[in-house]
Amino acid sequence: MTNNKQSRESGAVFAPLGDEGKALQNDAGAREALDANEKNYWRNTGKKIFKEWRLYLMLLPLFLIFLFWRYFPLYGLLGAFKINNTTLSEFQRDFVGLKWFRDLMFGSSSAEFWVAFRNTFMLSFYGLLFGFPVPIILALFFNEVKNDVVRSGFQILTYLPKFVSTVVVTTVISLLLKGGSMASDPGVLSKMFKGLGLIGDEAMNGGMLRFPQYFRPVFIVSGIWEAAGYGSIVFFAAIIMIPQSRYEAATIDGADKLAQIRYVVLPGMASTIVIMLVLRIGELLSVGYEKVLLLQYPGTYTETDIVSTFVFRRAGMGSGITNANQALASAADLIAALLSMTLVVGSNFVSKKISKVSLY
Amino acid sequence: MKRMEITEIIFKVLAYLFLTVFALFCLYPFVYSLSASISGRDAFQTGKVVLFPVDIQFGAFSAVLNTKGFWVSYSNTLFVTFYGTVFSVATSILGAYALSKKRLPFRSLLSFFFVFTLWFSAGLVPQLLNYMGTQELFDIVTKDDKWLVVAAMGMAAFNVILLRNAFEGVSGEIEEAAIVDGATEFQLLKKIYLPMCKSAIATVALFFAISRWNGFFWARQMIRNKNEWPLQVYIRDTLEKIDELDRGDYAPNSLIYAMVVCAVIPILVIYPYIQKYFAKGVSMGGVKE
Repeated sequence: MTNNKQSRESGAVFAPLGDEGKALQNDAGAREALDANEKNYWRNTGKKIFKEWRLYLMLLPLFLIFLFWRYFPLYGLLGAFKINNTTLSEFQRDFVGLKWFRDLMFGSSSAEFWVAFRNTFMLSFYGLLFGFPVPIILALFFNEVKNDVVRSGFQILTYLPKFVSTVVVTTVISLLLKGGSMASDPGVLSKMFKGLGLIGDEAMNGGMLRFPQYFRPVFIVSGIWEAAGYGSIVFFAAIIMIPQSRYEAATIDGADKLAQIRYVVLPGMASTIVIMLVLRIGELLSVGYEKVLLLQYPGTYTETDIVSTFVFRRAGMGSGITNANQALASAADLIAALLSMTLVVGSNFVSKKISKVSLY
Repeated sequence: MKRMEITEIIFKVLAYLFLTVFALFCLYPFVYSLSASISGRDAFQTGKVVLFPVDIQFGAFSAVLNTKGFWVSYSNTLFVTFYGTVFSVATSILGAYALSKKRLPFRSLLSFFFVFTLWFSAGLVPQLLNYMGTQELFDIVTKDDKWLVVAAMGMAAFNVILLRNAFEGVSGEIEEAAIVDGATEFQLLKKIYLPMCKSAIATVALFFAISRWNGFFWARQMIRNKNEWPLQVYIRDTLEKIDELDRGDYAPNSLIYAMVVCAVIPILVIYPYIQKYFAKGVSMGGVKE
């Protein structure tokens, strides 16, 4: 009885313990199994990596190039938060927090910075406004030329400027517009503009690029010259993809040429147009700085200065700089880069949403 | 019926007119550069040269071609273009091939590693500091900054992505058949992928070659010795010193125009052969569906 009781008691006492012990044991088992799984996961991944070692070997050079020259510089961004002292090494400089950013936004450099920022935006905005329709029009007209030889002749000629270097383009622009300072330089285009009444005497004689008000038109028109033909490739490809039957159907319905363009061609290339527009909006803050740098003259900064050239100047990379400040320049660059990235990623996202197509 | 014909004719005339004008607009600076470079000094400076050359002379060209600095810079550009293109194309093909494989572990992460550089770059100052550090490293082996330009500059993630997309477009069945036949990775790439993606590779090679040939900014910043300057830097430098140029029977501008013509000629020569590829390559590889 006592035994029984004891046993019962003990049973009562130990049974739960036993259960608990079992549960604990089970838990440990599960954990062990999980550990094993995890180990297996890593082992499997390791095995997979090892199995594809050839692919990794092939990827390695490219990876190292990008790591070394694209990712290592990111460390230098810390310089935007440190004191400006080029004699000290990166590690010896103290942090100053957002001093340079405050300086740029509201402080002593703010006027210059915001002018540069506005110019960057305005240049690409006008570039988009006037430059975007041209490739589309070109593509529409390429489609009208049914003779292949003639059409590829036109195409070859219009793509060509894209492949000429920025230095050559800006050199020719300055010489055509009399960018030089010589009295004997005719500047054939500025003479032509004078004849058309577009510019005054002083601009013709002194060099158009020395007058800030002509910079934007020159930049945008030469931009169209450079990129319009090349930009038409995508649109022309879209037009070619439109099935012939749609044209025939439209013709049977009595559509004339304009109606065909309105109801067949433009809808056929609508998605391409939208994507390209969205992607171009993403590039609103990335103006090619080489071209601006090579076309701008001191004294025209109110119209010509963009963020990159501001950075270039304040970083002391040009000649004759007195107020160089690498930390401030880095900060300006960082602001622009972050905004630009937001735009690019955002526009890519939008493009993906509307069409399942993205550039990357 | 008649109305349709009329609008069609009008539109066609308009198309030819617009295209002709635009093509001439594209062509004019080239023609003018050539004319200006071979026109006589007085005719040029009084503005008689508008389209065709007047008082033809070849003094400017022979002056350019007899300048040692010009040829040095020309050969430097050829050096950077050749080695740079080979280097960039080879590494891009290998990397893009690996990235195009679904069986590559961490594929999307690695792709992002490259795509991210299209979105965000560290900016001028950090890049400058990075290149300066690289220069110090390179100085251990060679003081020739051309190698720095070849190795460090002109790599483009866009081209890698373009190639990757082209490689992804090759059907997997051919590859599987080849693997069954015992083909190695390099054989797959060489025998199947390279021949099937010819136009994409030609496009990428063209992009790299052009950007190498035209490279200016970082070459100007990083190359210390004038004897290693590429052509673009040399042209810009001459333009900045235009007032000091000797003047003979040609205007100083003619000298610059002659250099410009010399800089553009190689592109004009190669371009027609390769342009049939890139229209295809751009529209196929650049946009991913």
